[in-house]
Amino acid sequence: MAALVPPTPATTPPPAAAPARRTESLRDAYGKTLVELGKEDPTMAVLDADLSGSTRTALFGKQFPDRYFNVGVAEQNMMGIAAGLATGGRCVFASTFAVFAAGLAYNTVRQSLGYNRLNVKVVATHGGLTVGGDGGTHQMLEDVALMRSIPGMSVVVPADAPETAAATRTFHASYGPAYMRLSRESFPVVTDGKFQLGHFGVLRDGKDLTYAANGIMVGRALDAADEMAKSGVDVRVVNCSSMKPFDNHTILRAAQETGAILTMEEHTVLTGLGAAVATATSERYPVPVRRIGTPDLFGESGDPWKLMEKYGLSQERILAESFEMLKLRGTKGREGA
Amino acid sequence: MAGTYSPETLAELERVALEVRRNVLRMTHKAGSGHPGGSLSCTDLLTALYFHELRVDPKNPRWPGRDRFVLSKGHAAPALYSVMAEKGFLPKEELSTLRELGSRLQGHVDAGKLPGIEASTGCLGQGISMAVGMALDARLAKRDSRVYAVLGDGECQEGETWEAFMAGAHFKLDNLTAIIDRNGIETDGTTEEIMALEPLADKTRAFGWHTLVVDGHSFPALLDAFAEAKTVKGRPTMIIAKTVKGKSVSFMENKAAYHGKPPSSEELQKGLRELGVEN
Repeated sequence: MAALVPPTPATTPPPAAAPARRTESLRDAYGKTLVELGKEDPTMAVLDADLSGSTRTALFGKQFPDRYFNVGVAEQNMMGIAAGLATGGRCVFASTFAVFAAGLAYNTVRQSLGYNRLNVKVVATHGGLTVGGDGGTHQMLEDVALMRSIPGMSVVVPADAPETAAATRTFHASYGPAYMRLSRESFPVVTDGKFQLGHFGVLRDGKDLTYAANGIMVGRALDAADEMAKSGVDVRVVNCSSMKPFDNHTILRAAQETGAILTMEEHTVLTGLGAAVATATSERYPVPVRRIGTPDLFGESGDPWKLMEKYGLSQERILAESFEMLKLRGTKGREGA
Repeated sequence: MAGTYSPETLAELERVALEVRRNVLRMTHKAGSGHPGGSLSCTDLLTALYFHELRVDPKNPRWPGRDRFVLSKGHAAPALYSVMAEKGFLPKEELSTLRELGSRLQGHVDAGKLPGIEASTGCLGQGISMAVGMALDARLAKRDSRVYAVLGDGECQEGETWEAFMAGAHFKLDNLTAIIDRNGIETDGTTEEIMALEPLADKTRAFGWHTLVVDGHSFPALLDAFAEAKTVKGRPTMIIAKTVKGKSVSFMENKAAYHGKPPSSEELQKGLRELGVEN
């Protein structure tokens, strides 16, 4: 078992424009929750692939060495072993970085966990651009699309540490293969720590426009909504953490009640949240939808928050798109619709 | 440590294997697709496992104390279904539904459809990892059941198999026995032409497995190997079973062409005649 690496401090804090929200590590929340669950469920097992300090599964390994398996740098084998362990009826968590979990091991996740419908929870850390310095090879921007495409796979992108803890508990309490995407950086705390699969939380009500966001972009959506309020625009913010099952109801209600939706995600704009919202609305209640996400490009090394600016996941871009969308929908507010 | 097996025991195994071979030809012919070559090469392995070795109950396929068997080379499904039908896991009449829409007999084995199949496989390299996980599960649950996996030799060109071999030895899984169906032929030709595996036994020994090389068409040799595996402590056992692709059907033997090609009507007739029946 690898030694426990101390938590990595966040690099540069978010830009000064953002209100100072308290930040917490999603990975820490995951690791601590695993230990709690391990005490409650003596059959639960956890696996890692030589990144146990980074993913925080080492916390579980220290407490429950008999039920903890570090398989080395062998992600496909980790998924297969996790599946085999789960055949006996136990709940199994398997963790590594998102690029390895969803990318390198894709077909093992697809067949050994997905096709076999086994109770394995893949919790991947280091998703998205905010991996920072490791660069484009490690900045996984396609994982949500890949994992959502597997039949029967639940997919969650939590917005903050409390939601991460709650989703980890939900995973443990529900049967079936599931994927959760966490990040290297600490995120602002924005939720009340409640989570339900297939349900989106409305973190801020509004009638002029909806921001549908997940992951790090939820905090940014709330900040932008505060900014829009200064211009008299009342923005609803929806936390789309349960990417599958997807909460079509809350999205369609937002379409009906606010008339336009701006999506934002730290993921390729081609196949993630934006695509899901556009699909849901165009089939049932077409309204203008615009998507903020990473363009069809690989990432690169750099400071996480500067990368977010460069790839268009910035408050400036959110505000500019918001005013464009108000023009698109032609009127302002429910009463004028 | 050669065991003695009664003539009745050996005759029964021969009888089952012969019937399984006939069914492999019938099933793949009727389906119009499938993998007869690699099914015939592992027929004796599967027969020996199900009719002498595995602790399983066809009437209660999910009995927790059972041994687990994983067919990592999931394309040998016709042979496994046929062995399982002989054992009573499914009606023999159902064998003719192989690969049909709505059938429990999928082209590659499906645990969600047919009780008694422990793992859905097909994409190669993954079944052995699942078997490692099952062996760990048995140990954690303090269950004395054993785990068996049959791999193809071409399958051993997949990197994941070697990841699993490393893990099996690292975790000291003496409740795990893997059998490589060493027929020497893969889709495109011989393994040694396409991507050489030899010296295979040296490799699995170097990976920490107690390794035996046996005649994969000799029931006494296979039963001896299974018995020896159960005496090994602290490491898993690898049985490299030397087999013949297309075994017992003369025109299929050692022919890569029959890896994934079913017999034609004429070939079915000829093959069945060689196996002692007219149809």
